[in-house]
Amino acid sequence: MNAAYLHLPVALIFAPALLSVINRIKALFAGRTGPPLLQPYYDLAKLLKKGAVYSRTTTWVFRMNPIIGLSAVLVALAFIPFAGSVAVLATKGDIFILAYVLGLARFFLIIAALDAGSSFEGMGASREAQFSALTEPAFLVGLAAVSRATGGLSLSEMYGALSFQTWMSIGPIVLLVAAAFLIVLLTENARIPVDDPNTHLELTMIHEVMVLDYSGPDLAMIFYASALKLWIFGSLLVGLVLPIHGANLWLDALAAYGGMVIMAVCVGVIESCMARLRLLRIPQLLVAASSLSILAFLLLLR
Amino acid sequence: MHALLFLLLLLFGSGILALCLQKSAKAASFVAAGGCIVSCLIGLVTVIRILATGDFPSFHAGWMVPYGSFSMEIDALSAFFLIPIFLLAALAALYGIGYLSAAAATPVSCRQDAGGTYLRKKKLGGVWFFYNLLVASMVMVVAARNAVLFLVVWEIMSLASFFLVTFEDEKEGVIEAGWTYLVATHVGTAILFVVFLLLGRYAGSLEFDRFMASSEDYSHIAGILFLMSVIGFGTKAGFMPFHIWLPEAHPAAPSHVSAVMSGVMVKTGLYGIIRIATFLGPLPAWWGVILVVIGVSSGILGVIFAMSQHDLKRLLAYHTIENIGIISLGLGLGMLGMSIHSISLCVLGFGGGLLHILNHAIFKGLLFLNAGAILHSAGTGQIDELGGLMKRMPWTGATFLIGSIAISGIPPFNGFISEFLIYVSALEGCVSLHAHFAFVCLGGICGLALIGGLAAACFSKAFGIIFLGEPRSEHGAEAHECGIAMRIPMIVLAFSCMALGLLLPFGMGFLSPVIGVITGFSQQELHLHFAAYSGTLNVLVVTGFAIFVIVGILAFIRSRILSNRTVSSSVTWDCGYAQPMPRMQYTASSFVQPFTSLFALILRTRITYSPPQGLFPQKSSFHTETPDRFREGLFRPLFEGINRGLSKLRWLQHGRIQLYVLYIALILFILLILKLW
Repeated sequence: MNAAYLHLPVALIFAPALLSVINRIKALFAGRTGPPLLQPYYDLAKLLKKGAVYSRTTTWVFRMNPIIGLSAVLVALAFIPFAGSVAVLATKGDIFILAYVLGLARFFLIIAALDAGSSFEGMGASREAQFSALTEPAFLVGLAAVSRATGGLSLSEMYGALSFQTWMSIGPIVLLVAAAFLIVLLTENARIPVDDPNTHLELTMIHEVMVLDYSGPDLAMIFYASALKLWIFGSLLVGLVLPIHGANLWLDALAAYGGMVIMAVCVGVIESCMARLRLLRIPQLLVAASSLSILAFLLLLR
Repeated sequence: MHALLFLLLLLFGSGILALCLQKSAKAASFVAAGGCIVSCLIGLVTVIRILATGDFPSFHAGWMVPYGSFSMEIDALSAFFLIPIFLLAALAALYGIGYLSAAAATPVSCRQDAGGTYLRKKKLGGVWFFYNLLVASMVMVVAARNAVLFLVVWEIMSLASFFLVTFEDEKEGVIEAGWTYLVATHVGTAILFVVFLLLGRYAGSLEFDRFMASSEDYSHIAGILFLMSVIGFGTKAGFMPFHIWLPEAHPAAPSHVSAVMSGVMVKTGLYGIIRIATFLGPLPAWWGVILVVIGVSSGILGVIFAMSQHDLKRLLAYHTIENIGIISLGLGLGMLGMSIHSISLCVLGFGGGLLHILNHAIFKGLLFLNAGAILHSAGTGQIDELGGLMKRMPWTGATFLIGSIAISGIPPFNGFISEFLIYVSALEGCVSLHAHFAFVCLGGICGLALIGGLAAACFSKAFGIIFLGEPRSEHGAEAHECGIAMRIPMIVLAFSCMALGLLLPFGMGFLSPVIGVITGFSQQELHLHFAAYSGTLNVLVVTGFAIFVIVGILAFIRSRILSNRTVSSSVTWDCGYAQPMPRMQYTASSFVQPFTSLFALILRTRITYSPPQGLFPQKSSFHTETPDRFREGLFRPLFEGINRGLSKLRWLQHGRIQLYVLYIALILFILLILKLW
């Protein structure tokens, strides 16, 4: 049986745990004890037990958003190869399906934010639209570079062909793409330095402010979907940086899950050591990510 | 072919009949629209039968015009272009019945020569006559196989659409928009005259099949011919920077006409480029590269300008430029594949480009019809004055949402399928081609990614601000859903977006004869390459269905969870502020502000701002306006210069007819001398 069918439920179960790893690291840096490791699961359980409050301004678009967002992320997860295995859905050009299925989730997130008719949520929507439009080229060009380097046309082929030999032969290119992917990961998952998930001021938020009006099971779905999204981008980054797949399936899987934890630790460290960038500076960061990807591709052209 | 000739006659006849029935707006509408719908249905059935059987009819009759003849043929390429023409023309005609009846019911004030104004009711005979003429001429354009015939019907198409654009001439700016269109389209046509004359000079005839047979004779000027046809046809298609008529003419025209013009008429320009390319023999790679570059630049500039527009129909017009860019990117990749004999690049590029022609006709037609419904019921297309229309116009809202998702190229709707094919084509190029071509393909991916992201941002703005939130002015508050004649076409088109998004991957085979006409590859070869992608297409279908199924499951689960809980309504959270007002909402201008400041160098948005002053600020205002850069910076100075130069010759134009006759005699005399020399 394809190992991807085992990795999929693991992702579904452990994705929220990445958030608690990040929070633990941040607490460690701040000298706090930090929330228990199971805190995201407690939150989800609590939200699922509640009722819901909807704004009178909203329409069915607002209520459809959590559902469509979660469905899109679930479908996207099926395209992710993990630990060198072939993804559940793998085909030529699936990187574009992945990007645009996530685009569906984002589109509904943005219009649902506008549905509430609040200027705070409008602000968040506008920023999300801008930043995501700028991350798209960085992400896809980065994957095109990986594609050119490995000769694979699908994510599973590309990631299956990566190995430590790749680091030896085209290390600088992998490094450039990885740097671009890290910026994409931080942006898409609303982490510092782009967005602060723990801020208390609506004016400065991006992702959190867009979901201000959600409550109960809807909020649980949004929360869970964003955890899965972190898993998706995390596994693309980890698969690129730590392409460990030898003969043993279990060892490969262990290495990959270890990599995911390391990724979460890195995100936690970045969050602890950096301040948020000014909003006007973020487009520059994102253009820089695209430039890194394009540079990586150019270095491959010989 | 007889069916086709019959439907042309039916279109023309019902148009004339509508002109005779001017007196009653209703009768004119029903006769002309009925004729149009019936003939389009006949056309659709015929075309689908032609594509299914592979039996391509042709027709030939003499004509007294020198070098002219009534040569017509429906090959796979023509048949493919006819599908969206018939589909959209029929639906827009149905919509037009509802849309124009309102225009006929309210009297408009007209200016008289003496300076006074009077009220008159609009007559609909003319507009229906020109509508049917436009449809008939579009059919003829793709069927014509003689250059004279082609240019004549091309001109009829331009003139018919000019009269349609200027239908609401009592409104400000409509006449000016009409003139811009007329000038632009004739500049394009002038270049086409040169192209066809040059082709005819080398081929010795103006029949298209002679052009095709003698491609070696003009191989030395093939590049120039291609460039000229890109400019000439590109003016109609709306390539940047020849697009300037589009954002003027589309908003000015009645909405069902904008739908037809934007959805299918501009595509005749692309048809022209493809057709000319088939005459010119083996394609050098740089032609493909040129189309890719034009595609990416038109796409990105189109979407950036669209973003900063405040008027819905103007925004849609700029998106037409963007989508034409995407199509030309696909066609360019296809040509690149053809010239370097990479069949898979070729099949995917042409396949994606052609499918996007069909898809764009459907979703852009839908969006223009939606825009018409909004104009109709809210009385304005200014995005910032609308809001909360979803509650008052649920059908228009839902179909606009589907159109917005489709045009942003997001699954599971049809726009994604064609953009996906173009993407995969570019990715194949990135992986397998030599350095410089791989870089061109990378430009395609990078451009398409940016276009996709910006288009999604633009349409989330348009949909979110117009349909969601609270009404921003009394315009939005008093809106109502449109009538059934306008609603049916919107629903049919929205349904087509969904159906094509799920089923198009199954039906890719019907493209192979079309690509065969363009590339000359054999059907077996093409089928083989389509078969190689059948797995990918299946995954697309699975993805689409999976999204729908999981959405259904999750919706069911949530409704079960919430069924025995308290679900209450409240006001939107505004940091504890208890009385939010509609004016406090984010507007379209504020939504796009980060984009306009990011692209300020290109856009040159004009800002009029009077800030609040003093301790008790009274009045303050903020207004932005983004005129077209190319119109302001390139064409206006150019035409002013031409005007200045030519004004020196004004003494020739004095209005004395006897002297004009003398001019004619003199010219004839000079020509005679030259001939005798």
